[in-house]
Amino acid sequence: MADTPKPEELAGIDYLPPLFRGWINEPAQIRPGIYCYAAKPKNLDYVGMPNAREWNPVDDDWKLPENWKEIILDGIRERLEKFRSFKLFMDICVRCGACADKCHFFIGSGDPKNMPVLRAELLRSIYRKNFTVGGKIFGILAGARDLTEDVLKELWYYLYQCTECRRCSLFCPYGIDTAEITMMGRELINLLGLNIDWIAAPVANCYRTGNHLGIQPHAYKDMMDFFTDEIEEITNIKVEPSFNRKGAEILFITPSGDVFADPGTYTCMGYMMLFHYLQEQGLDITWSTYASEGGNFGYFTSHEMAKRLNAKMYAEAERLGVKWILGGECGHMWRILNQYMDTWNGPPDFLEEPVSPITGTKFENAKTTKMVHITEFTADLIKHNKLKLDPSRNDHLVMTYHDSCNTARGMGIFEEPRYVINNVCNNFYEMPPETIREQTFCCGSGAGLNAGEDMELRMRGGLPRANAVKHVHEKHGVNMLACICAIDRAVLTSSMEYWVPEVNVTGVHELVGNALVFEGEGERTTDLRGEPLAGMEEEEDV
Amino acid sequence: MNFILGILISSIAVTIIVLIPLLGVGAWNLYTLFGIIIPYAAMATFFIGIVVKVIGWGRSPVPFRIPTTAGQQWSLPWIKPSPIDNPKTTMGVVVRMIFEVLTFRSLFRNTRLEYRRTEGGPKLDYEWEKWLWLAALVFHYCFLVIFLRHFRFFLEPVPGFVSLLESLDGFMQMGVLPIIGFGLPGVYLTDMLLMAALTYLFLRRIYIHQTRYISLPADYFPLFLLLALGTTGLLMRHFLRVDITAVKELAIGLFKFSPDPKILSGIGVLFYIHLFIVCVLIAYFPFSKLMHFAGIFLSPTRNLSNNSRFVRHVNPWNYPVKTHTYEEYEDEFREPMIEAGLPVEKGAESTGETEEAESGEKE
Amino acid sequence: MDLENFLINNRSNIIKKWRGVILASYPEGSQRFLAKEKSRFANPVGHVIDRDIETLYDELVKGEVIDKITSCLDNIIRIRAVQDFKPSHAISFVLGLKKVVREELEGSPVENGLWGQLQAFETRVDEVVLLAFDIFSQCRQKICDIRVNEVKNQVGRLLERANLVCEIPENEADI
Ligand code: HEM
Ligand code: SF4
Ligand code: SF4
Repeated sequence: MADTPKPEELAGIDYLPPLFRGWINEPAQIRPGIYCYAAKPKNLDYVGMPNAREWNPVDDDWKLPENWKEIILDGIRERLEKFRSFKLFMDICVRCGACADKCHFFIGSGDPKNMPVLRAELLRSIYRKNFTVGGKIFGILAGARDLTEDVLKELWYYLYQCTECRRCSLFCPYGIDTAEITMMGRELINLLGLNIDWIAAPVANCYRTGNHLGIQPHAYKDMMDFFTDEIEEITNIKVEPSFNRKGAEILFITPSGDVFADPGTYTCMGYMMLFHYLQEQGLDITWSTYASEGGNFGYFTSHEMAKRLNAKMYAEAERLGVKWILGGECGHMWRILNQYMDTWNGPPDFLEEPVSPITGTKFENAKTTKMVHITEFTADLIKHNKLKLDPSRNDHLVMTYHDSCNTARGMGIFEEPRYVINNVCNNFYEMPPETIREQTFCCGSGAGLNAGEDMELRMRGGLPRANAVKHVHEKHGVNMLACICAIDRAVLTSSMEYWVPEVNVTGVHELVGNALVFEGEGERTTDLRGEPLAGMEEEEDV
Repeated sequence: MNFILGILISSIAVTIIVLIPLLGVGAWNLYTLFGIIIPYAAMATFFIGIVVKVIGWGRSPVPFRIPTTAGQQWSLPWIKPSPIDNPKTTMGVVVRMIFEVLTFRSLFRNTRLEYRRTEGGPKLDYEWEKWLWLAALVFHYCFLVIFLRHFRFFLEPVPGFVSLLESLDGFMQMGVLPIIGFGLPGVYLTDMLLMAALTYLFLRRIYIHQTRYISLPADYFPLFLLLALGTTGLLMRHFLRVDITAVKELAIGLFKFSPDPKILSGIGVLFYIHLFIVCVLIAYFPFSKLMHFAGIFLSPTRNLSNNSRFVRHVNPWNYPVKTHTYEEYEDEFREPMIEAGLPVEKGAESTGETEEAESGEKE
Repeated sequence: MDLENFLINNRSNIIKKWRGVILASYPEGSQRFLAKEKSRFANPVGHVIDRDIETLYDELVKGEVIDKITSCLDNIIRIRAVQDFKPSHAISFVLGLKKVVREELEGSPVENGLWGQLQAFETRVDEVVLLAFDIFSQCRQKICDIRVNEVKNQVGRLLERANLVCEIPENEADI
């Protein structure tokens, strides 16, 4: 950015490549604003990850171990034997290009190396050279290349430009999932200690304190007390959450972002109000400070690290002796709960098949995992008329809804949140069909890329989503974007601030909290954020 | 790899492949080599190669259940699930796979809501963005039909379905559309479509910048090879006829593992070129992206049901990992927890020996 | 024919070339996608370029409504500010218009008074460049602000609670 351009560069950029060049011999330039800072050694050390050291991605010397090539190649071999997905996806891509223009990073940056197929080819080219007959014989003609430091750096650079959103996989005729390839790639470079600190620090924190931010138990409790006060101020209702309570029926786990980062905090207040409301009807629920993180940045490091962090959920459920677990609004947390948790750390025989204590509904779809999504839980309550709701309290909001990639393409929870929103709000408009549900566009900052130093990357990646929001904003006056993901709540706020400043971001249960009518509560003049309700603007001024 | 270079190299390779039998048979009369040995070698490579490859894939386990969910999950009884795009049962998966394999459903998904601006303002519209899907589908079905039609040469008597296919395929041209049928005897619709689809698949690779950027010689090569295969086939059928009876005798002999070397020299060199291209194609198959035909059946994002919340999926190499237990956690934070009124397992008095190094730094 | 008429008559041609100049600043592998993909949701970048340079051009020719010019420029530059461009590259496309217009003018039947008009037009373009520079800076500033806000949002409440933030009391602030 800072270099002064030469005059000929100013005149216009000549992008026509020479005859014999292609992507394969065009090394990547690591640019500020795009790459994330390197993992600090203490964070890798704390969880026992290899090759912890100070290093800087823009330095020439990455301080790799002497036998780094061997480590990577052995790592590839091991993963080929462990994951059919990886082995298959290395072999069968026909480079048809169907996935090419589906990635938000390609759409927003115009950088062709951000085409999913090319991201995968970066790793595939190494695979071909070392593991296939054709690649060994025909070399570059078969798209094979040697593993050099430049190649490693390029791979690193582009692995941290993928949010593992799986949009590409939806359109591939063979279901090749570049997210899966990115996950393998990240495992590999982690063998060399090449993590980014935005992932490594939360991992270390989560391991130690139970949540990404490194919040100690008393501070966690303190924060919740603070919410209790705020809720009381707005509604005159005193909620009483309990913590680490043995013998409760249900354990509630949500991402720590909800407890500490705005605007997730309002969603957290929404949960607290809902639980308080249901207390009389027999809800017996506890929070935990030990398992105080639903999210799992280990998942952006390696399967093993993810499993180590995830283990706390069942461990805590067993210790507290609860019957089942309720999970808050989070994206990758739910992909993990749906597709990995039971396999990693199950079977949770000490738990029971989840049954809603209020409606008696059996959550048969959570029979073995024993973990229910809070929008499933709330949708069921609303369907059974167990909540008194006043949707007009959300009349100052014109809503749209963003499907988070992980809950969309790694789970398929589309209707539940929409059902809840439609029952607590009066104004709801969908974004265009090719930008929602299974085709949803990523927020642009998932998979551990929600750091600060890569803000340009995030803004580009967020453009396709923001563009669709802008469309409904202009067409219907939408001013609030709902989602069921803690990362979304934090990063879409930033993305909106840049692209569509008129739109704010909320969790679904913040809306529920607004609409929930308690016995004997005072008249509300503001929503949970302290914004005046529709029709209350003047009173506020008095 | 630049695309011009890629195309050059691939076309040179295919030219050489055409020249080899031209010289081998035309100039040096190596009939047995090209008529018997190479076909057997190629077939052996094909079958063994595919089996080895597929077993290789199969040997790697599927540790996690990672279907790409493309529709509503099965959850509450009153919410309508999407049984094919987000299959709950094996049945759903089977239907999903059938759609994938027979209709290339994922490619078809490329629906696009179009946004055009006309004088009057913005206008929403659908544009047909499915050329890749169409060409791929046409190519594969034509390939299949042509392959099946070839059974006419391999089997005696000719099976009924082959004759039926032939008459359907030819009838379209000759009977229904006599004008386009050139009046040539037995022009097959599939032949024309196959060549057209292949040409399109090639042209789009250069025309669309994204595919031009990602294409390797390994992408142009099979296309050129197939084009050459089709061209030699058409030439034999319509212009430079070869002795069909002899070809059939050879083919049946080959399949019965008792080929008769005497008939070999009676067949024109064009046939040997055609045959050699087929041999190269099938021998190349197991080592290339063409293995996608088998791979799709094993693809974990497509062939698994999304049931991991109610049916346990087992990872055969699952191993125990080191975790940070609650005891370790409480040992570190016991005091502040007690102070904040959080319940603890062990009372404060029993903590003496656990005050360790780390608790110092948090103050 | 005076310059304004010339610019109006050759509108579509000039815009097409100008758009070409902008697209040429993107890598080869994606130019066609940006140019051809018509869906505004699948291709927001190409769509914005398409739409906003047209309006920008019209306003430049008429020399009117500064608000519209600003908003069009903002749309385009907001995107370029987060792509792989140096600041000069991000806004140089505006200058590209001068070159395109001069090329178009060559050999066309325009009368003598043209020189003065062309100078006036080019001055307008230069002014727009300055405006573009302002907008670019604002966008970059915005990115910095967002970074700061995020840090605040992430730990702000926590620090507040823990009494770790020590704010200067109101009444002492203006010492
Ligand atoms: C079962 C599902 C299948 C799907 C979804 C599929 C899809 C595709 C696609 C998308 C292409 C690429 C076209 C391009 O070049 O852009 C292709 C190429 C090809 N396929 Fe398939 N295919 C399938 C099965 C098969 C089978 C069973 C065969 C043959 C035995 C086959 C043989 C080929 C060949 C020879 C090509 C070469 C053309 C090229 O290289 O592009 N495919 N296929
Ligand atoms: S859609 Fe699938 S087969 Fe086609 S290029 Fe992408 S990954 Fe490869
Ligand atoms: S998973 Fe998402 S971010 Fe990664 S390559 Fe695919 S579309 Fe792009």
